[in-house]
Amino acid sequence: MDIILAITVGGLYAAGIYMMLRRSVVKLLIGLGLLSHAANLLIFTAGGVIRGRVPVVPAGEMQPLETIADPLPQALILTAIVISFAVLAFALVLIYRTCQTLGTDDLDQLKATDT
Amino acid sequence: MFLWLWVILIAAGLAPGVSRMVGSRGGWLLALVPAGVAVCLLQQWPAVVNQQNVSAAVDWVPSLHLMVSLRLDGLSLLFGLLVTGIGALVLVYAGAYLKGDERLGRLWMFLLLFMAAMLGVVLADNLLTLFIFWELTSITSYLLIGFNSDRPESRASALQALLVTGGGGLLLLPGLLLLGFAGQSFEISELLNHADQIQQHAFYGPMLVLILLGAFTKSAQFPFHFWLPDAMAAPTPISAYLHSATMVKAGVYLVARLHPVLGGTAEWFWMIAPIGTATMVLGAVLALRATDLKQILAYATISVLGTLMMLLGIGTEATLTAALVLLVAHALYKGGLFMMAGAVDHAVHQRDIRLLGGLRSVMPATCGAALLAGISMAGILPTFGFIAKETWYEAVGSQASVPYLVASVLSNIGLVAAAGMVCITPFFGRQTDAAQQAHEGGPALWGPPVVLGIAGFCLGLLPGPFSELLAAGSTAIAGQDVSVKLKLWHGVNAALLLSLLTLAGGFLLYWQRHRLAGVITATDRFMPWGPAGAYRWLLKSVNQLARGQTAILQNGYLRYYLLMMVGLTVFSVWMALGGELSSHLDPMPFDFRIHEVMLAGLILMSAVVAVRAKTWLLSVGALGIAGYAVAGIFVLFGAPDLAMTQFVIETLTVFLFVMAFSRLPDFRRLSSVHTRRRDALIAVVAGGTITMLLLFAMTVRSDHPISAYYAAHSVPEAHGRNVVNVILVDFRALDTLGEITVLSIAAIGVYSLLMLRPAARPGSTDSSGNEADDSSRGSAQRGN
Repeated sequence: MDIILAITVGGLYAAGIYMMLRRSVVKLLIGLGLLSHAANLLIFTAGGVIRGRVPVVPAGEMQPLETIADPLPQALILTAIVISFAVLAFALVLIYRTCQTLGTDDLDQLKATDT
Repeated sequence: MFLWLWVILIAAGLAPGVSRMVGSRGGWLLALVPAGVAVCLLQQWPAVVNQQNVSAAVDWVPSLHLMVSLRLDGLSLLFGLLVTGIGALVLVYAGAYLKGDERLGRLWMFLLLFMAAMLGVVLADNLLTLFIFWELTSITSYLLIGFNSDRPESRASALQALLVTGGGGLLLLPGLLLLGFAGQSFEISELLNHADQIQQHAFYGPMLVLILLGAFTKSAQFPFHFWLPDAMAAPTPISAYLHSATMVKAGVYLVARLHPVLGGTAEWFWMIAPIGTATMVLGAVLALRATDLKQILAYATISVLGTLMMLLGIGTEATLTAALVLLVAHALYKGGLFMMAGAVDHAVHQRDIRLLGGLRSVMPATCGAALLAGISMAGILPTFGFIAKETWYEAVGSQASVPYLVASVLSNIGLVAAAGMVCITPFFGRQTDAAQQAHEGGPALWGPPVVLGIAGFCLGLLPGPFSELLAAGSTAIAGQDVSVKLKLWHGVNAALLLSLLTLAGGFLLYWQRHRLAGVITATDRFMPWGPAGAYRWLLKSVNQLARGQTAILQNGYLRYYLLMMVGLTVFSVWMALGGELSSHLDPMPFDFRIHEVMLAGLILMSAVVAVRAKTWLLSVGALGIAGYAVAGIFVLFGAPDLAMTQFVIETLTVFLFVMAFSRLPDFRRLSSVHTRRRDALIAVVAGGTITMLLLFAMTVRSDHPISAYYAAHSVPEAHGRNVVNVILVDFRALDTLGEITVLSIAAIGVYSLLMLRPAARPGSTDSSGNEADDSSRGSAQRGN
């Protein structure tokens, strides 16, 4: 399954990078979204995947009885999901205001610092 | 001794307050500080002339054997008296010069800061302490030259002075380090005992060149002399203090200070004496070309600085003493002349000597000050300037070095004529239109130059008591006992005859100066080819290089930055791992289930749809589906927490994006087919690299020591069964706090972007129209 996930991650990265290279500033947002999915899945896969095996200690036990899914990447991804949402929301509003104030969605026309 | 420096620094801190509360008369108050330090220095006089040097030191970085050490000997005392004595006069003078100007407090502060730095230079015994104070004088000089910061030429001059002297400082530092390593000590008093060892050291040549370059740039020696005339953009109190009496002499001081360690060799002579001589003659010639009072004085200063270097370079006992005498004489008369020029400028608002004349009747006191200083500058009996010139001629003449003697006499003839141009032309002759409106300034404007002028006369008439200090100073320069007996009248000898010749030549030159005009205009066209032109060319080239490089690297196109980053990352990954990747990839178990493959396929398909979609809504939908599918993967591989979060967040994201849909411009295809193909290729290569990298990472994966620790300690220590949650809120709680902070910052950003409007710019009439346009467009889109 590793190899399938690896290809999926690569595909998501390719799609995200392609969208971020576009001149239309709204496409950049979609690119950001795709890229954050890709990054999350990358961390998840790189940590090694195991089917089932939720990282929870059964009731009455002090330690997990069998091999469990790696909890550390999961904790990282949990943080990453929330932060990427914050970044996406901020970028969305920033781009909305940029388009509104400057009247263009073409990144090539947003080069100068003066309006 | 540290106390002296601290007192001046504290006074610098108080200066702006004094200026606010007392006004321009606060100069008298502030002048008490350096005057007090001068009195303290005078108290050390008996000890110093008896060769009992005073020293003080504190540990700075003991582990590196770094000390801040100060030492007071004859040379330091002499310089210290000049710095504090003239400094006190300049503070009073500056108060009158900038009377009523709100920047007066700032000027006083900078002057006092400079004073502390300069005093530090002349008191320092440790080479690195000396260097730090040295650089501080460069920095304060920069601030002072650029004092009129609203004038571009002022800023350019300040930058030029900083680049030249700072560049010299940059060379000086390795020179001092080499010296310290060769002599195995950074204390100058220690190095004195190792002079032979240092001069035989392999580093002797390089260290001498580096140190001398530092000294030459600071003391405006040819070919670095050009920054000094430009530094006259500073207000006159600054020119009088830094650029004639003290800072420009720092280079001379350094050469004098290191003479017993490095001097006495053929290299020393040949590197310093010719440069000094060239500077001396060049300065005198350029002084005659100038017409601005301050420019004439600046070039004359360059000439004297050259003389000092020449005398130090020749390096006999007599020339070393002569250098010290000339240095004091010059500080007294040149400081006074600059203040006089400032007083004229203040009264007439004109410094061009062609437009000045007949000021004697309206500004008698200033005229008196000018004459007192001018007589000393021309070296006429009975001033200290006369003694200086006699000693100089005698010292150079006794060496039988005819070229140096001829050059000395020639440059002095030029200086006599320059003294006439500065002290006679503006005050005598027909009264010009500009001069008619002039009026005498207050005593604070003409008093300080008169004091300096009278000091020059007193030292000339009674040089006796001063001789013992000069002897102590010369002893410090020569490194052996020197006795000095200064006398005003030596009887009729060769030096006196040369003096008479100089005066006669100078008066002739001054009288017939109108004949020089033709020569001056004829040489005008060579001026751009001087060192100043080279400096400008160098500065322009550096700026052009920077601009060109910025235009390529920082071109303002976001996607090229991205391309660069992605490309470089892909390239370096393949460079680093290219060979290893293939060897690791064979043993891959193909174990998968059909629903997993379908989920992965769904992700890839929605990514493709998101990319190829023609509308925002479709793309957002595809992005959402990809997110849900990722959540599905999380479910299958033992991460229900992730899946839940992902579902919630994905829903929120889609919700937000759809809400924004009506307000954002829809997709447009802006790039050409060619660009799209290029980008697609790059994206696919980058994605492929990530896939390879990920597969590689999985084959080299090691044990999970950290995860195992968390799993084992989750229940016993944190009392939680969900290991992921325990990591987030317990083991790595600080990370979560950071995450919450990021969220709040983003929320504040979103809120302010949505709610706050930029204030309408004052004076722009159409800003309200724009605002109306915006809102109407917004409502129209919402209507859609």
